[in-house]
Amino acid sequence: MKKLEISSKATSVSFQNVSKIFGKDVRAVDNVSLDIQAGTLVTLLGPSGCGKTTMLRMIAGLEMASQGRILIGDTDVTGLPATDRDVSMVFQSYALFPHMSVIENVSYGLKFSGFNKKETLDRAIAGLELVGLDKFAERLPSELSGGQQQRVAVARALVLEPQVLLFDEPLSNLDAKLRRQMREEIRELQQNLGLTVVYVTHDQEEALAVSDTIVVMRNASIAQIGTPRELYDAPSDAFVADFIGEANLIPCSVESVSGETATVSLAGFRQQLPARGRSAGPAVLAVRPSRMVIQPGAEGGGVRATVQKATYVGSRMEYTVAAPFGSVFVTVEDVDAVLAPGDAVTLGFRDRGPVLLPPA
Amino acid sequence: MRKAPAEKTAHPVLIFWVIVGWVGFVVFPWYGIDGGFFQFDWILDGYPLQTDSAPAFWLVAMREKLWLGPLIFPLIAPLLVIRRSKSDPVFARVLILSGALGFTWLIAQGFGIGIRGWSFQWLEALFGPLDDRQFGMGYGALMLASAYLFFFTQGIAARGAVNGDVFVVSSIGGVITIVSVFVFFPITKTLFAAFITEGGTYSSAVFLSKFFDDRIWGLGCLWGLRCGVAWNSLFLAVLVGVLTTLLGLVFALVVTRSGFRYMHGLRALTVLPIITPPFVIGLAIILLFGLSGAVTTSVADFLGVRPTRWIYGLPGILIAQVLAFTPIAFLVLIGVVEGVSPSMEEAAQTLRANKWQTFRTVSLPLMRPGLANAFLLGFIESMADFGNPLVLGGNYDVLSTEIFFAIVGAQYDQGRAAVLAIVLLAFTLGAFYAQRFWLGKKSYTTVSGKGDAGVHPRMPRGLSIPVYIVAAIWASFTVVIYVMILYGSVVELWGVNNTLTFKHYLTAFSIRMEDGGIRWTGAAWDSFWTTMKISTIAAPLTAAVGLITAYLLTRQNFAGKNAFEFGTMLSFAIPGTVIGVSYILAFNVPPIELTGTGIILVISFIFRNMPVGVRAGIASMSQLDKSLDESSLTLGANSWQTFRLVILPLLRPAILAALVYSFVRAMTAISAVIFLVSARYDMATSYIIGRVENNDYGLAIAYSTALIVVMLLAVGMLQLAVGRTKIGRRMDHGSGSGK
Repeated sequence: MKKLEISSKATSVSFQNVSKIFGKDVRAVDNVSLDIQAGTLVTLLGPSGCGKTTMLRMIAGLEMASQGRILIGDTDVTGLPATDRDVSMVFQSYALFPHMSVIENVSYGLKFSGFNKKETLDRAIAGLELVGLDKFAERLPSELSGGQQQRVAVARALVLEPQVLLFDEPLSNLDAKLRRQMREEIRELQQNLGLTVVYVTHDQEEALAVSDTIVVMRNASIAQIGTPRELYDAPSDAFVADFIGEANLIPCSVESVSGETATVSLAGFRQQLPARGRSAGPAVLAVRPSRMVIQPGAEGGGVRATVQKATYVGSRMEYTVAAPFGSVFVTVEDVDAVLAPGDAVTLGFRDRGPVLLPPA
Repeated sequence: MRKAPAEKTAHPVLIFWVIVGWVGFVVFPWYGIDGGFFQFDWILDGYPLQTDSAPAFWLVAMREKLWLGPLIFPLIAPLLVIRRSKSDPVFARVLILSGALGFTWLIAQGFGIGIRGWSFQWLEALFGPLDDRQFGMGYGALMLASAYLFFFTQGIAARGAVNGDVFVVSSIGGVITIVSVFVFFPITKTLFAAFITEGGTYSSAVFLSKFFDDRIWGLGCLWGLRCGVAWNSLFLAVLVGVLTTLLGLVFALVVTRSGFRYMHGLRALTVLPIITPPFVIGLAIILLFGLSGAVTTSVADFLGVRPTRWIYGLPGILIAQVLAFTPIAFLVLIGVVEGVSPSMEEAAQTLRANKWQTFRTVSLPLMRPGLANAFLLGFIESMADFGNPLVLGGNYDVLSTEIFFAIVGAQYDQGRAAVLAIVLLAFTLGAFYAQRFWLGKKSYTTVSGKGDAGVHPRMPRGLSIPVYIVAAIWASFTVVIYVMILYGSVVELWGVNNTLTFKHYLTAFSIRMEDGGIRWTGAAWDSFWTTMKISTIAAPLTAAVGLITAYLLTRQNFAGKNAFEFGTMLSFAIPGTVIGVSYILAFNVPPIELTGTGIILVISFIFRNMPVGVRAGIASMSQLDKSLDESSLTLGANSWQTFRLVILPLLRPAILAALVYSFVRAMTAISAVIFLVSARYDMATSYIIGRVENNDYGLAIAYSTALIVVMLLAVGMLQLAVGRTKIGRRMDHGSGSGK
């Protein structure tokens, strides 16, 4: 007998001017348009209350859009309840049915999908094999560890071969080590099977690690869409820069722009940077802590500053430095040449890294 | 793989209800059959051409009851759209229209034409005299009405209400309909009855004269005469509320704030009121303090005075009610006292408050809403209590007994009964309203999902000593009462001839083996088996209605949900006597004729006990993470499948509890029952009350003891069953939804 394998029916998802209003005037999602390509893993990232979970639940059909249209593939699903959408979801709390064994949990959705008993069982077993839990089929969810429960929840959603697979903060109940392992496994499954996955998290590191595309959300709308690299290296505004990784946001002014290059001045110090559409006037410079350079002493080109605080965190040194434009946060890989609070230093920027942003 | 239903054109649910409608219209008798709902001898008796048992279709075909004819059109209409898709607006519109029109016509003809032809004079003026008439509706009408109702709800669902969920919309429609028919309709009818003159017309003068009767509102007791029943009831209820709250608090403190070792014994107290018919306490009080009661005679002997009937009246009712309702206050307060987060109290202590200051400034204020809640519950229970005032009332008349005597006594004044019922209802609804809208928002209980590692501090010493003393006295008093009940049942004639005998049990429960079969010769068997039968039928129905309502309230969002919740919980505040009176007023005449049947008892139990089922359901459903339902939905189950496969199995303990509880409540109920029993359907409680009125205490107490034993068994079996129901619980870190 040919071994049954779980395949994928990955489909695109599209939001067209979608709003969700709770009660009378609470806008959880405000006029959002978004296209999710088939076969990609897209993360909805943002602080709590930004509307990311509402977006996810609207794809699932657990919330209905107040305005706009939602398409899965070419089908308009805007008014379709969850039952009738070909979408499955992995919940933050896993939501395994506590009165059913693992295999019953995984078979649950198959029962409503028109499979006969044999197919249902075969598929459920194939799903459990996929997450490496086929030996635990007869256990109750309460007899599994947190990570195993998580896998059962994933298998239960996978076996339906949904057009879209949704994850709602799936790792937030796991400890740090397991979290890293699980996110790698989820990413691997997604790539091997070519699934369309929409993934909600508030953990930017997790988002950077698993995504093809990240959608950063703020106050019910989209702040920026891009690959992890784009968001990290070229955030569109101060919010994104600060939310993805840490960034020093330094007020500065653009003196002149010639072609693609802008001349920026801050605290009497000048530097050439990609203009990114800025014209002369006030701006904000976003610099990652690792993209700053500090030299001991008050000589050389750069901004004069003083070390305020020095912290040793094992793999690197972290410094808080008082500069004329405020205090900035700097990390240094060299843990041997340590600076002490009160030391005078000179601050500079690496060539790649500092990004010009619109003024706050 | 999953097909969108927008493209589906098969509607199994609709087809089912279309068939039910047609069968009800063409096959089953339209009118209620004499002899009862479960009698089927009509099949042999000239069916379908005999007018009494003919289905509507045959009646019309025989050119009788022609007003039933139009009912066929809303039955044909759905057939025309049955092949259309659910999203087709025509489909929705036709279903809504045919459901609404059919249902309205059915109701209108039922109310418009009664036993004496037209029910309203203006109809006669409009259409001329009618020399035909009709009786109460039967199977056929019931089936057709359900079919129309569910056409309507499916139409609404097809238009997109509640995401087009047929199961949810139909459940909402069903619950609203039955609550309207069996709670709001009778209450409204009672309101109108208060305005009816002897000539059968409505007059507010009649209402006003009856309402402002001196017997209701008189203040004569201020100068030595008798007060009106309303004041009597109010005074009694306030006293009972205060005393039960205080005693309940005392017991709750003993259980949670002392090193008391026998807590389980005290917890058993909470089971007592559930298994004790309310008037049994009254009987025991008579055994102790009545004219020939043990305490009365010994004290009288000791002091050398004549024993008096002092217990009959306010003191007796007060003692009996406080005994009966303290456990309820205890049940409420133990939750409240435990609910005060220990870390609050620990915080107060680390801030240098001593034990007494902590108790006074932190614990007690946090319990305040709970105390008010317990008071209001005691108040409502006392207002609604019927058994104890009947047994012990003497000359102290209260509303609930006055209503009874207005209906069954020599006065036979329905109008007065209705007015008294309105006054009583106003008091209990007022308390209910206060409880919901004043206290509902003010819960300080600080139980969260997070484990609270703290320990409740002990009571301060100055408090603990009086608390222990009161608790000990009251607990032993309760024990004495129950011992008296047991002892009283095996005594020849209480206070006169104290020889031990099983005579009463034999009179009540003797059996004889005869011709290889058992003959139930005891006097009590008849009512006992009726009670068992009615309670067994009512219990699962109560649990079902309660749980579905709880599901709708906790899991679904729909327009008018608050009104829906208020309506379903309302019957909790309606005293049994009011239900009894209003059922008599409402269901004695067509279109729904139920008095004298067993069905009316079943129905009254369902709606009396439904709020308990709803509360139990809400409590346990809110402990189920909502993501369980949601994951079931995203896995392709519809809401009915989710309810059946996920929620119901997880609620098994709650279902069992609701079942047993409604069974037991049905067995102990008296206030509504006493209006609704008939010669054929006599219930245990009303039989016992009848014995008491004939001064046959021995038999009454023996019977009560037997009932208590039966109910103890039921509750015990429940405990066993629930204890064994093993449900794998998700682990702690899996249960926080975090959303």
